[in-house]
Amino acid sequence: MALLEIDDLRIGFETEAGLLRAIDGVSIEVEAGQTLGLVGESGCGKSVTASSVLRLVPTPPGRYLGGAIRFDGTDILQLPREQLSKLRGRDIAMIFQDPMTSLNPVFTIERQLGEVLKMRFGLDRAAARARAAEALKSVGIADPERRLDAFPHELSGGMRQRVMIAMALLCEPRLLIADEPTTALDVTVQAQILHLMRALQHKMGSALLFITHDMAVIAEMCDAVVVMYAGRVVERRPVVDIFEAPRHPYTRGLLDSIPRRAQQAKAELPTIEGTVPSLLSPPPGCRFAERCAHRAKLDAAAQRRCRDEDPALQPDGTGWVACHFPLNTAARS
Amino acid sequence: MNSPRTEPGQPLLQVENLQKHYAVRGGLLARTTAVLRAVAGVSFEVMPGQTLGLVGESGCGKSTLGRTLMRLEEPTEGRVLFQGRNLAEAKGDELFALRRQMQMVFQDPYSSLNPRMTVGEIVREPLLVHRIGSKAEQVDRVSSLLQTVGLAPEVMTRYPNEFSGGQRQRIGVARALALDPQLVIADEPVSALDVSVQSQVLNLMLRLQRERGLAYVFISHDLSVVQHMSDRVAIMYLGRIVEMGPVDRIFAAPAHPYTRALMQAIPTPDPRRRRERVPLQGETPSPTALPDGCAFAGRCPYAVDECRRTPPALMPLDAAAAPARQHVVACVRRSELPAFDPLAGG
Repeated sequence: MALLEIDDLRIGFETEAGLLRAIDGVSIEVEAGQTLGLVGESGCGKSVTASSVLRLVPTPPGRYLGGAIRFDGTDILQLPREQLSKLRGRDIAMIFQDPMTSLNPVFTIERQLGEVLKMRFGLDRAAARARAAEALKSVGIADPERRLDAFPHELSGGMRQRVMIAMALLCEPRLLIADEPTTALDVTVQAQILHLMRALQHKMGSALLFITHDMAVIAEMCDAVVVMYAGRVVERRPVVDIFEAPRHPYTRGLLDSIPRRAQQAKAELPTIEGTVPSLLSPPPGCRFAERCAHRAKLDAAAQRRCRDEDPALQPDGTGWVACHFPLNTAARS
Repeated sequence: MNSPRTEPGQPLLQVENLQKHYAVRGGLLARTTAVLRAVAGVSFEVMPGQTLGLVGESGCGKSTLGRTLMRLEEPTEGRVLFQGRNLAEAKGDELFALRRQMQMVFQDPYSSLNPRMTVGEIVREPLLVHRIGSKAEQVDRVSSLLQTVGLAPEVMTRYPNEFSGGQRQRIGVARALALDPQLVIADEPVSALDVSVQSQVLNLMLRLQRERGLAYVFISHDLSVVQHMSDRVAIMYLGRIVEMGPVDRIFAAPAHPYTRALMQAIPTPDPRRRRERVPLQGETPSPTALPDGCAFAGRCPYAVDECRRTPPALMPLDAAAAPARQHVVACVRRSELPAFDPLAGG
């Protein structure tokens, strides 16, 4: 049994224009100790999926429409409130893109880290302070004693994200969920934070669910990858196979859109034409069909099938793909 | 449109020792407590039809530099020459004419377009301000500009909030092109866009450059995008250019330790080539407390005492190189560093 099993999850948001089905039948498994990347473009539902695990999707306007989220066999969606808060911060911790989402601006760093330690381990103030200082040091913060007395706004963005990581790791979670943790950071600081997350995860053996829009960060961090598009999982594979033999045309398009070293400077970049369909009234067939360059090469009957028939996520040996006519696994051009 | 054109061989834009300082106020009487040197002496040239990529991390001064070039900020020191004319000295009609030649595209397509104006009004506004053409001619021009950037002329009557990020950025580009400029300063034009949409906007900018001979100052934190778009690249750190040269040289043989660290820090989209070590420790120091010597010395693995004493000047790596191939670097140890390894740590 996987540590985390998201099973056919459906979440909608009430909007003036109707019910927006942000995630529409998403199934994801994270094994203990594994790093799973969740990748896709804005609006694909990756952040909603991540937030749903700790039931952080605000209801209303959000609505859980169906499915289950099992952590170690327990369905989180059925859990009473008090048991849920025990799970949060003890077994599952989350890091957000904007650390200020979870740091309280009016409390010192010591107080914020102390809460965790008091709750999780019942430490007294002196012991908690020592432990918190140690945690700051382990995430590469110089002069931790002084930083403990600082307020969040007195720290740089990179340092706040380190505090978040320290806080998340203090509770030694079995699952860490990181939602675009380095997107707001400079590239040299991003490199430091990614390195740190990998080192600490390795030390503690936590599983990591890593959400990002950046395929290069996925390549750097993950064991396996789930690609989402328009509220659905379209492909899932070990990381090397995603990059070297993607079978969903959308995955291929995402990879091709990245400007690469090998390309001729100023050459036309491959694009994915068109835009994501509205999740208020998604098309009946494949949600990527309208933009799919691969579909354009198929015969008329096949094209109709893509348009009319919703492709299921099917196993294909190395992974899973939701496409009626997946790409050949021959090497990428 | 009859506008002055650049002589052959003459740079379109010359920037000489440009500086922009801000007073940092604090305390009871809001006295000036420090000077933030956002741009601390920057010089470069842009040739007609070429792209200069300006790269650096947050706080390096690249956006302030772009805004100062456009005179959205008054420079504290230094000169900006457009077609050889000093923008600070130009007055009246001449200034008006010069300003037409330089336009800007902004990062955030969600906040840079006035939400109360229709797309047609947004694109037409520069024509109104500069009193170009009759109303009918202006509407014709707006329609053809929208087509140029890949939008249907029918969108003229709609409002920005009806469009996606990529479409809004196209509207921003159409507006920038309204006055038929020779230079566009693009400040992080694709940073807010998804990667598949990003490539659409980059392709559009490249096509416009080919068709219209546009020059770009392309400001970005994203090295792969800059590499794809630029002829020459300048790397900024704490208000100064630390390295500048032809795009192929900068990426194949980066000479400044900071440029190298930046390149080593970029994750590679190849899971078989993971970095094992962190390229660079520490974070950029505050631009209010610039050190005496090289601003990068505090983080630099190669720094020696001399680096901390005198600020290094930009020096050519090969003085004999043709002007267009000049590769300059501000590092006293430039000839002693080991060969560059893109996957190594510092």
